Amino acid sequence: METFFWIDKLVLVVLLFLISLGIAAYQTYFERKLAGWIQDRVGPDRAGPFGILQPIADGVKMFMKEDFTPANADKWLFILGPGIAMFTSLITSAIIPWGTDLQLFGRSISLQVAEINIGILFAFGIISIGVYGIMIGGWASNNKYSLFGAIRASSQMISYELAMGISAITIIMISGSLDLRAIVESQHGMNWNIFYQPVAFLVFFICALAETNRAPFDLPECENELIGGYHTEYSSMKLGLFLFSEYVAMFVSSAIMAILFFGGYNFPGMDYFTDSPNLLSILSVAVFFAKIFLLIFVFMWIRWTIPRFRFDQLMHLGWKVLIPIALVNMLVTGFVVALYEHWF
Amino acid sequence: MESLTNRKVVVSDKPMTFMEKLYLPGIIKGMLVTFRHILMRRKTIKYPEETREFAPIYRGMHVLKRDEQGRENCTACGLCAVACPAEAITMTSAERTNADKHLYREEKYASMYEINMLRCIFCGLCEEACPKEAIFLTDRLVPTQFERGEFIYGKDKLVEPVDHRIDITKRQFTGKRTTL
Ligand code: SF4
Ligand code: SF4
Repeated sequence: METFFWIDKLVLVVLLFLISLGIAAYQTYFERKLAGWIQDRVGPDRAGPFGILQPIADGVKMFMKEDFTPANADKWLFILGPGIAMFTSLITSAIIPWGTDLQLFGRSISLQVAEINIGILFAFGIISIGVYGIMIGGWASNNKYSLFGAIRASSQMISYELAMGISAITIIMISGSLDLRAIVESQHGMNWNIFYQPVAFLVFFICALAETNRAPFDLPECENELIGGYHTEYSSMKLGLFLFSEYVAMFVSSAIMAILFFGGYNFPGMDYFTDSPNLLSILSVAVFFAKIFLLIFVFMWIRWTIPRFRFDQLMHLGWKVLIPIALVNMLVTGFVVALYEHWF
Repeated sequence: MESLTNRKVVVSDKPMTFMEKLYLPGIIKGMLVTFRHILMRRKTIKYPEETREFAPIYRGMHVLKRDEQGRENCTACGLCAVACPAEAITMTSAERTNADKHLYREEKYASMYEINMLRCIFCGLCEEACPKEAIFLTDRLVPTQFERGEFIYGKDKLVEPVDHRIDITKRQFTGKRTTL
């Protein structure tokens, strides 16, 4: 039993690793395609049919570039930065319940690597460590633009993490658990949290944009003021890791949003499949990924629509708009939940 | 003053209303605009596979014509080089020997004739200046190269092959000689 358990987990971990990287790679392709479509262009279409080999060509390009370390940079931190960024983006996928249990070889296989009962806290902890990759990278580069990028990233992180956490608390209050699987189970069928907490979702989504450094909150990198921000000095695969970790983070935060607000792997009519757990499991994974891809699409759609914020506007939005909204929303939710439990 | 177009907008800095301060309606409106563009038809011409349709008198890569008997028309008078505003043309002349009578129509011919395609602005003045109907612009494109030197076209690239004539009738204007 014990060995089977480890084999299951190992296979799942390797699969997740490959899937996350593969999805991140094709996100870059799709992002460029979508940018092209929105701007009435075609997008990359030269590498392979419809350009689907473009991510591979990009990867090869990244590997072939000279790996340059600036003379005044702190060598170890310079290497550590992209590593941390990539690590923290990938590690969150361990706690995500990807689907209902599979029944294989007479055993029930859970599609969740680590079933920890404080999943959501773990996710927030990891996300806040994520900024260290950017900070260390920006600091170690010994370049004023990089340092500016790093400072912006950390102040942005602090301002938006608060509102994000507060809006997640409302979800925790509704479902009464910190366990991601329990949160998903509580939204069985079509009973999704988005219908109860649209305001929390809006706040959470805006904060997720800021946390993943996506436009309109891409101030840490913003090409035209900071010439790349924290990764100005990076080249070759180190730069590749930074850029890649952003896409992995986008994938993972879409997954977390799908879990918290869109019912994770739940879909209406899933009770018809209780006789065939494997079919249900596969369908649930497919539904979950469909939700993730839809959210990723919205991420990209927003990026190519809205211009970047100014830094003071960013701070104003974070501290004076989102946090009050999230707080009021949390208080109202708290009252309603308390009333509901005492009188009904 | 009466405006000539209907595109004039009066700029004002009145304070934003509450709805405008929310930004969300504006953002959603913008996102609908971009979404409409996703569904629109692309106007891109994928160049090497598709080519744009050219006007019949398109001014592209030059050709040095031969006459019906396959003799080069050019007499190296140099008028094209003088007319050229970009100074793209250079040549050296030589005297025709009796043995070469089947190669060159006139007694004097260009032993070397070069056009620098990077200098050329494809204005067509060389064609207009030529008294011998020797040089014409065609609807062919100058292909891309990796080296600058390869854009200097000599007679090997400019003179039309005897067995592969290039049609320039569309660019032969009235008032010019069409036969010798
Ligand atoms: S191309 Fe025409 S104008 Fe130019 S040298 Fe030859 S004959 Fe003269
Ligand atoms: S087309 Fe104009 S620029 Fe080009 S060679 Fe002829 S005269 Fe010169």
